[in-house]
Amino acid sequence: MKAPTQITRRALLQQSAGACAGLVLYLRTSGAIGADATSAEVKYGADAFPGGVVDNPLVFVAVAEDGGVTVTVHRPEMGQGVRTSLAIVIADELEADWGRVRVVQAPGDQARFGNQDTDGSRSMRHFFEPMRRVGAAARAMLEAAAASRWQVAVSEVTARNHELIHTRSNRRIGYGAVAKRAARLRVPALADLRLKDPRDFRYIGKASTHLIDGVDITEGRALYSIDTILDDLLHAVIARPPTLGGKVLKYDASAALQVPGVVKVVALPSTPLPAMFNPLGGVAVVATNTWAGIKGREALQIDWAVDAAHGSYDSEVYKAALETAARRPAKVVRSDGDAAKAFATSGQHVTAEYYLPHLAHASMEPPAATAKVGANSCEVWAGVQSPQATREIVAQHLGINAANVKVNVTLLGGAFGRKSMPDFAAEAALLSKAMDGKPVKVTWTREDDLRHDYFHTVSLEHLEAMLDASGKPQAWLHRSAAAPIGATFAPNETIQSADEYGMSAVGMPFQIPNFRMEVAAAPAHCRIGWFRSVSNIPHAFATQSFVAELAAAAHRDPKEYLLELIGPPRVIDPAKLGDTSNYGESPKLYPVDTGRWRGVIELAAREAGWGRQLPAGHGLGIAATYSFVSYAAAVVEVAVDERGRLTVPRVDLAFDCGPQINQERIRSQLEGACVMGIGLATVGEISFSDGRVEQSNFHDFRVARMNEAPREIHIHLVPQRFDIPLGGVGEPGLPPIAPALCNAIFAATGKRIRRLPIREQLQRS
Amino acid sequence: MQNLHPSESESDLLINGKPFRLQIPPAMPLLWALRDVAKLTGTKYGCGIGLCGACTVHVDGRAVRSCVTPVSTALGKQVTTIEGVGADAIGKQVQQAWRELDVPQCGYCQPGQIMAATALLRTTAHPSDAEIDDAMSGNICRCGTYQRIRAAIKRVAGVGST
Repeated sequence: MKAPTQITRRALLQQSAGACAGLVLYLRTSGAIGADATSAEVKYGADAFPGGVVDNPLVFVAVAEDGGVTVTVHRPEMGQGVRTSLAIVIADELEADWGRVRVVQAPGDQARFGNQDTDGSRSMRHFFEPMRRVGAAARAMLEAAAASRWQVAVSEVTARNHELIHTRSNRRIGYGAVAKRAARLRVPALADLRLKDPRDFRYIGKASTHLIDGVDITEGRALYSIDTILDDLLHAVIARPPTLGGKVLKYDASAALQVPGVVKVVALPSTPLPAMFNPLGGVAVVATNTWAGIKGREALQIDWAVDAAHGSYDSEVYKAALETAARRPAKVVRSDGDAAKAFATSGQHVTAEYYLPHLAHASMEPPAATAKVGANSCEVWAGVQSPQATREIVAQHLGINAANVKVNVTLLGGAFGRKSMPDFAAEAALLSKAMDGKPVKVTWTREDDLRHDYFHTVSLEHLEAMLDASGKPQAWLHRSAAAPIGATFAPNETIQSADEYGMSAVGMPFQIPNFRMEVAAAPAHCRIGWFRSVSNIPHAFATQSFVAELAAAAHRDPKEYLLELIGPPRVIDPAKLGDTSNYGESPKLYPVDTGRWRGVIELAAREAGWGRQLPAGHGLGIAATYSFVSYAAAVVEVAVDERGRLTVPRVDLAFDCGPQINQERIRSQLEGACVMGIGLATVGEISFSDGRVEQSNFHDFRVARMNEAPREIHIHLVPQRFDIPLGGVGEPGLPPIAPALCNAIFAATGKRIRRLPIREQLQRS
Repeated sequence: MQNLHPSESESDLLINGKPFRLQIPPAMPLLWALRDVAKLTGTKYGCGIGLCGACTVHVDGRAVRSCVTPVSTALGKQVTTIEGVGADAIGKQVQQAWRELDVPQCGYCQPGQIMAATALLRTTAHPSDAEIDDAMSGNICRCGTYQRIRAAIKRVAGVGST
């Protein structure tokens, strides 16, 4: 830890006013809880990310003279509850009264705030301990200030619920009265910090707080990216190349310019592939209001040049190509025993292939961003998951220094991974520049969102197993063919990375002596991006469906069979299972714990009444996954009527993420994961023809509506414990839903679903 | 203010009880008149073709999709948006129930959900599950808050929650 730095009153007041001057007093980029002391080269957890961890209280906490506490939250809010959850961590350690805490959102500045790239279910996992230290350090400074004012030993002063108490004299004073004095004190050294005993937590793990933005949201005052209003604001809508790598050949703007409100039509250059975070180019219509922009775009005449490699992308043709690839030997990423030999023996050979199409994120707020360009500078207002990446891509496209780009982070109206890619902010910057520095808001229509997303991959999972006479698998082969995210960043990348095949695929801790996984080449013909829980969706759909298929082949109960495959409780280094990724976490701190895996299975089964008598046409299915270093098990109950109409009366989801900071938000994230999982499994599909997305809006890209969602969702949290580090929450609820649903359909009907979405596959005439 | 284009005219709207004189083409959807011209951004864009409900407002007390409602059809009528629905006793109770149950996740669709729920509860004080499905299935929540939306509606209706 570097030497602590003097806190100035100026800094405190700046913080108090919510100002964010470039006043980095000190920052520490190592020593987070995830740090593995023995590994000098390999970094894990937050330390592996740009900006690392900052735990300086002066960066995150300000106490005003009226006692009001302002907490700066540096991670963007997209519905996961981070503005509430990080704030309650600081407030708890600070002994602050929650009612006197307000939250301000940090702009993009990783040097100042630490890593802000909000994906991978990492915010609480990486910043729980640092924010505890922030709160504890601020509390210690207030205690020291009170001690100095009273001329007593600091050990005699205790902070409690926004007051400082000198127990011996029973004197009390509010936080505000000593805030100024505290500001002159030194930030305590890490070794001197006194963190609370978890038993004394008031907010952490207590479900005692409501959403910090609940009032603003319900009164329509919450501000999202699309809500940015500035003086002289112009509104832009862009026609983008309909196929990957496409370009504007020529265009005619004359009709567009006749539309009332249209101010200008601007050609935007296309950036050569790989796509990265670059804008797609096209033709922009700049107008005095959004509607004029939309009507103006409809009036554009554009001839598009089509990229030869991507212009004929066709999803049915591509599915066949994936099948071919997945049926041939491919790159081996795990080989225990000798699978080939085991498959050559006699036994029951089971084979199945599972297909999952592209998916669109379809956040209810489509991408939108506002930019105002100045001389060698730019200010951006945007709902983005990675404010720092936004600074960098804007700077790159304007040819200016990223330090001169200010990114004001608004609320995100949903994101699910889409807004990790800030291409839309660069569009706004380019257009503001084209409009001589006037502020320009770019709004993506729903059609734009669905046609030009960074899509979830498309994949074909080929599974084989050899069962012995007792029905136990002696060999397992999983060959995965999926267009990799890497293709978005590197030309000609066709093979999934360790991060991707590490998700619910290579690292199965199954009791199978001959275990082999291979990944097959699959070129990408659209922008592939991170989608909530990423490759866990197709991999878990395949592996957890296949376990149930094997159970059926062995005439065994699928839950018992799954438990038997996972085996007895034990702790395993994921690298020994071929998983070198493990969500970026240290294998020592975050081993695969089959006891916890079994625990969620048993809990979900018990709460769902596994094995209970069901009405005709009903069935229960189970699936369990380890993802984002958390454990989840789902039991889905389906009802399929005589016409084949599917409903989901009930989902039970058991979950173990270790410590639980904000139980209410954990439950809400898991409830949402159940709905999203049912939706993508039943109706979600993006398909391509002639290189173009075939869907355009919510009539043909379907997501679950209320009448299609599970009627009852029951979330069961494993009792929390603070002796293990946190797992992720935002994503790990999703992977078990689709396979549990399909396993339930099999139980109800005998029909095995191997291609998602299910759509009309159950219909009977 | 913006210059009047030949095809623009002055539209007098009554929004949340307040008169607005907007210089816009009469065909402009109410959504964009509210958001871009009246600068009331609580009403959200989600699909533009009446499929998702994010833009739901009340016109003379009835829930309408403002993205497919030309501003001309709202002239002389009472337009209520999320910013004003709290002035209504039921609207206020709905907002309160939404907060008590922490319904929102990202919150973006919730203004539309609240407007739809308020309209439902105004006509049907004690809706059944099927009536809730009918009234609310036009409002998409991608975060998947449907269970809590149902529970919050039932809380206001006083019919217990699932």
